[in-house]
Amino acid sequence: MSNNNVSMRSDLARVRGLGPAHDGVGHWWAQRLTALALVPLILWFVASIASLAGADHATVADWIAQPIPAMLLVLLVVATFHHAQLGLQVVIEDYVHVEALKIALILAVKGLSVLLAVAALFSVLRIFSWAS
Amino acid sequence: MPLAPESPPAPPAQAVRPRPLSPHLQVYRPQLTSVLSITHRATGVALAAGTLLLVWWLVATATGPEQFVTVQAVMGSWLGKLVLLGWTVSLFFHLANGIRHLFWDAGLGFELKTAYASGWVVVAATIVLTVLAWAWGLA
Repeated sequence: MSNNNVSMRSDLARVRGLGPAHDGVGHWWAQRLTALALVPLILWFVASIASLAGADHATVADWIAQPIPAMLLVLLVVATFHHAQLGLQVVIEDYVHVEALKIALILAVKGLSVLLAVAALFSVLRIFSWAS
Repeated sequence: MPLAPESPPAPPAQAVRPRPLSPHLQVYRPQLTSVLSITHRATGVALAAGTLLLVWWLVATATGPEQFVTVQAVMGSWLGKLVLLGWTVSLFFHLANGIRHLFWDAGLGFELKTAYASGWVVVAATIVLTVLAWAWGLA
């Protein structure tokens, strides 16, 4: 054993570094990366919808149908729903202590996040297809 | 709520050091730092609910002018504007305080004075950015 402390953990478990939750720092790191990506994306989005306030359907659709707004909207939707799902999972894990309910709620949030993200992405692509 | 950091009271001389406890919320005097912390979580949950508005807006725009007009009418009503105001306040708070968290994640700004100062910067940034966004949108 390379460790002086008496440990129940095998060397393999220590090297893998995944800990008792089996996913290591993956969740934590993904939450930070999506946060970082959302800083410029959300500032761009709020500025864009502020200048589109009160605009009619054709104006908004023409804006979404441009390549750069369409691409940034795709990135915004993906980062937003990934970040929201990760955050809600932590809230559920903190407050729901009935194991079956906790797992059910986490799965429901994951499913709903994917569903809403796909609906939003499909809409952006559909509007984009009108331009070509 | 104290507006500036206080040094913690000295422990009784020969007290046995108790196990750390979560705050008893009934008798807990909130500080700026703890209020901002729970507000970060609350605004995060609110923003997750707010994604429904984003999806509704995109789906309606993709469906056609009639559906789009319905969304515009709801968002333009006083109740819709109130919800959008709550959404912008939540968004700018979560954004500013989230950047504060990213600095902490990098190991910066943990001193008590710095944590209070950055907390007040978050409060100010939330107000300024919300006013700017609405001034822009209504202009």
